[in-house]
Amino acid sequence: MNVEKIREDFPILKRKINNHPLVFLDSASTSQKPVQVINAIKNYYEMNNANPHRSIYQLCDEATQMYEDARKKVVKFINARNDEEIIFVRNTNEAMNIIVQSYAMDNLKEGDEVLLTVMEHHANIVPWQMLQKKGVKIKFVDIKDDGTLDMDKLKDMMSKNTKIVSVTHKSNVLGSLNPINEIGKISHDNGSLFVVDGAQSVPNMQVDVNNINCDFLAFSGHKMLAPMNIGVLYGKKEILERMEPFMRGSDMIKEVQLTESTWNDLPWKFEAGTPNVEGAVGLSTAIDYLEKIGLDNVEKHEEDLTKHALERLRDVEGVKILSAKNGNGMVSFHLSGVHSHDIAYILNDSGIAIRSGHMCAQPLMRRLGVQSVARASFYLYNTKEEIDKFVDSLENVKKVFKK
Amino acid sequence: MSLEIYHETILAHYNNPGNSGVISDADVISKDNNPVCGDVVEIQVKFNGERIDEIKFQGQGCAISLASVDILIDAIKGKTVDQIKNFRQEDFLKLLGIEISPLRLKCALLGLKVLKTGVYSYLDNNTEST
Ligand SMILES: Cc1ncc(COP(=O)(O)O)c(C=O)c1O
Repeated sequence: MNVEKIREDFPILKRKINNHPLVFLDSASTSQKPVQVINAIKNYYEMNNANPHRSIYQLCDEATQMYEDARKKVVKFINARNDEEIIFVRNTNEAMNIIVQSYAMDNLKEGDEVLLTVMEHHANIVPWQMLQKKGVKIKFVDIKDDGTLDMDKLKDMMSKNTKIVSVTHKSNVLGSLNPINEIGKISHDNGSLFVVDGAQSVPNMQVDVNNINCDFLAFSGHKMLAPMNIGVLYGKKEILERMEPFMRGSDMIKEVQLTESTWNDLPWKFEAGTPNVEGAVGLSTAIDYLEKIGLDNVEKHEEDLTKHALERLRDVEGVKILSAKNGNGMVSFHLSGVHSHDIAYILNDSGIAIRSGHMCAQPLMRRLGVQSVARASFYLYNTKEEIDKFVDSLENVKKVFKK
Repeated sequence: MSLEIYHETILAHYNNPGNSGVISDADVISKDNNPVCGDVVEIQVKFNGERIDEIKFQGQGCAISLASVDILIDAIKGKTVDQIKNFRQEDFLKLLGIEISPLRLKCALLGLKVLKTGVYSYLDNNTEST
């Protein structure tokens, strides 16, 4: 994998911030976009734009084709069975809301339980809380002190009432990969539905829905080189077919009468209104880009960078590493006496972008006993030199705070 | 966005906040957080009629949000509720004397927001009882 060559594809990496070259270490929040993706969107608007699925002139045909080709690309990318299982959504949050509102609200009843983990992103917590008004209980599996999921506790907490298990594949704070195949098997043996939040895993490793045998998988395009506002909800056809629509209106219908309507076939039943064609085109191009480099190579590159970052950070006095023993792609840390916002703000002075705050994982922050963390995350365009610059710049933070 | 925001005064208030603490018989306790970063500030006030008698804060947050509350409290100690009602964001930012970037404005203004909420709830409660 030739990182220097990859970097040339990302125009934003040429930007200067405060007279320093941008060092972008926040790809776990959102990735930067290669020129291939930017051009694909530009070309779509310059050549093909029309409202898909609506008319029969040529542009409409092209736009429809491009949108549906993008869906086919996703089918292959995550090894789904067919187009009916791929629903385009805005992002992971929206996908989770579809699962909760169109599946769980209709199928769960008082006394049923949903099992989550303490490391979940708010996107995989808050939607489930809706079920509480029906008397459904939400339970949380703890982590062990090394930051990995406590599988013994998970097994203990499974009961005949556990109707759904929803777990993140990879934590956006700890960087840890959960044993998703094993959790899937435990869930299915128990008769529970198995949902995976793939927001952090799909961008940088091969995720095969057939292999992990999940019932639903959610992920966001913007974390994997594609634009914002395009994401995917994968669901097993048998389950999607039994579900009611999420949003109602145009395109998601077969026939509309004054007082009732019938629903369109999958996947369009879940896609009301004019879709995000530029997003789908961007996502399709992003998948091409990632597959050309090879997701295995991306994952390996992130492993190298993470190892390097950990080695360097261990030598910095006052730094406490909070990511998991098996964490990859990111390091979350704490600098004694300095709030994460102040770290991020001072690093920005040297052109370095890292994330600070509660990471949209407040229950995990409480579990870790911190109010906020600083996180540097890595992607295919990052280099060891950038990590060195980031670690060296922590000295500036200490200087300001006289630590 | 410059590092000048971390000047001596800010760091001194952050490292040794003179107004941190609690008041056992406070008239109002007001608390809020910044949803973006999770910073939390709680202000406790004891009034003497219309005037602030004692005021303390506790919080968790960045240097800017915590130093700002401490500086704010120094500035409004002993003032009347009317004076606080008329104390505007611009007045406070001028007092802070630092150039705040848009994203950090919320940090700097969290304390003032909590204080105003507290004062208004004190007024509400007092008008009810009279
Ligand atoms: C693990 C995880 N789940 C869900 C999300 C939410 O993604 P989005 O904001 O694209 O809906 C994120 C992104 O921040 C994440 O890291």
